[in-house]
Amino acid sequence: MHEMSIAQSIHTIVLEELEKHPDATLKKVLVNNGALAGIVSEALTFGWEAITMDTPLQGSILVVNEIPIIVSCGSCQKEFTPNDRLYMPCPDCGLEIGHKVLQGKELQIEGIEIE
Amino acid sequence: MSEIPIVRNILEANDKIAAELNTFFTEKKILCLNLMSSPGSGKTSLLEKTLADLKGEFKMAVIEGDLQTDNDARRVAATGAQAVQINTEGGCHLNSSQVKEALSHIDTEGLDILFVENVGNLVCPAEFNVGEHHKVTLLTVTEGDDKPEKYPLMFHISSVMILNKIDLLPYVDFDLENAKKHARKLNKDISIFPLSCRSREGLEDWYQWLRETRATKA
Ligand SMILES: [Zn+2]
Repeated sequence: MHEMSIAQSIHTIVLEELEKHPDATLKKVLVNNGALAGIVSEALTFGWEAITMDTPLQGSILVVNEIPIIVSCGSCQKEFTPNDRLYMPCPDCGLEIGHKVLQGKELQIEGIEIE
Repeated sequence: MSEIPIVRNILEANDKIAAELNTFFTEKKILCLNLMSSPGSGKTSLLEKTLADLKGEFKMAVIEGDLQTDNDARRVAATGAQAVQINTEGGCHLNSSQVKEALSHIDTEGLDILFVENVGNLVCPAEFNVGEHHKVTLLTVTEGDDKPEKYPLMFHISSVMILNKIDLLPYVDFDLENAKKHARKLNKDISIFPLSCRSREGLEDWYQWLRETRATKA
């Protein structure tokens, strides 16, 4: 389960950020998860619960924002969200291959909420 | 309650070390390839053949990621190439700090090609750069030709797809053209080498790619 090591990386980054706010209580961590990143959101939130258990971060929630794929057509530059991760014909010109992925590979922390 | 924007790439710590390694390899003119596949796809067999057949042309070394055993490292070392084993103790991929540590056990002087044999699995290794110049994905004809569809990221980011064990094509339900088409839909520039380590068919095309790619680093 590689989501566990991703959760661990998130944990490291969040602890670093929290050093700047020593009196704060962490409420939420907001994460962007692109559809092409290969990360199962539920497994990630489970991993977060496991890592923070019995630590000062226990009770904080990992909020995963799933980001859909957007590609730009390799021929006519039309931007679209494919219905399928594999078969991606351009709705305007029909081109199937060679599109550029504009969005969907993200795996990043967007921010945290503290109190 | 206050919101604090961060926007940090979750894999940044890994990527930072990977970038250092990549610079090191480039400066030393070492071509570094990250080999990835499902378990049992024949990465070790391909390495054995490659190391044995090209040992007169290149100085090569291998960093072996393995869950528990050192069997693969022994097979590789039997060809005379330097091999260092990383035991991931159940970890599903190699990360860049493990590769950096392993590299300290390798004599990189005059090294031409470094292969990193990643842990057998098609999802996790795709997300972790280890400083390589190219990712090479192995698929065997005993797996489904829909693999590229199931693991899109892997094929998006790989420079090479090797279709191994083509000597078994008459006995399995695998459409070579379909697999190629699927992979090219995800990555139109991917180089595809159908081959068999057993019959040796197609091996020379892979070697030629190695020679040409190595030449761009020299
Ligand atoms: Zn188009």
